[in-house]
Amino acid sequence: MTVRQLAQELNMNIISGEKGLDNPIEGGYTSDLLSDVMGNSEMGQCWITLQTHKNIMAIASLKEIACIVLVKGLLPNDDTKQQSNEEGIPILSTQKETFEITGEIYSLLKK
Amino acid sequence: MHSFKSDLHIHTVLSPCADLDMSPTNIIDRAKQLGLQCIGITDHNSTLNAKVARKLGEKQDIFVLMGAEVTSKEEAHCLCFFEKEEELDSFQVWLDEKLPKIELDTNIFGYQLVVNEEEEILDEKPYLLISAIDADIEQIYEKVHSLNGLFIPAHINKPANSLISQLGFIPPDIKADAFEISNLSIKNEFIKKNAYLKNYQFLQDSDAHFLSALGSMYCNFVMEERTFEEFRLAIKGIDGRKVETIK
Repeated sequence: MTVRQLAQELNMNIISGEKGLDNPIEGGYTSDLLSDVMGNSEMGQCWITLQTHKNIMAIASLKEIACIVLVKGLLPNDDTKQQSNEEGIPILSTQKETFEITGEIYSLLKK
Repeated sequence: MHSFKSDLHIHTVLSPCADLDMSPTNIIDRAKQLGLQCIGITDHNSTLNAKVARKLGEKQDIFVLMGAEVTSKEEAHCLCFFEKEEELDSFQVWLDEKLPKIELDTNIFGYQLVVNEEEEILDEKPYLLISAIDADIEQIYEKVHSLNGLFIPAHINKPANSLISQLGFIPPDIKADAFEISNLSIKNEFIKKNAYLKNYQFLQDSDAHFLSALGSMYCNFVMEERTFEEFRLAIKGIDGRKVETIK
């Protein structure tokens, strides 16, 4: 599944990083502690978080994350968005809470 | 130049997690016994016991830096200090606006008491002070610097509630005056593992929530006299002023 397909399937808004919409998604990681994400996330995962600080992009880039999903309608800070565009790592936004969207993405990827 | 033994991160009875013995009166008495010459009063998201501590400190020749330990939106703790009461008051107004209105449950969290010099309770703060305020790290340091204050992210080496735990690493463009590391790490070893921070000033403090923890960690500030501006110069390492960590 690509980031574009994931966004369509779960009706998420594409906020930035359109260049990376064809990135394949190979799994997911849910955490708001960036030190934890740095230590434990894997390449090609979609990362579900409520953090909007631009450091999320640095971590996503370092770990080669496929895309970031922001929960509860949160939007990235301007500098976060800019870096997402530069790096081609998309940021998606959903109105749903972390528990719900994690479950939905999990079910979708398991199919 | 003189060396002043300083523990700049201390909680009072205003912090719900602090012991009820942590009245400003007891803190100043204990600091005197321990030979501390400067202390910082840094309650969670509130400055309301700092002024009384300063008054009590003056009577026993202990210099009190007035401030707070603010929890950012990212849940990173930051020490913020101010020179003048007006600046501290402006910051307090801003904190009150930004603090979420979550009722304090004293059974779970403890009490949040504002007290006077006689240790009488003047006020009990109704909203939980350890919540994250509605301001991110940039907004906090911009506010602090607009009020001529000092901004020092707290215990950045801790696995929770620190800038590094929350954001993975220190944002390279951060405008921090210094960083505090907790006594979990030895300063030089911490810097070895975090070389990108080597040009920053580091402080170590007790983060005392109990009287017995007061002064368990401190720094020596080498400076001309105990004023806010001298603290600033020492932190910046200007004109022969400096901070010596002990661990």
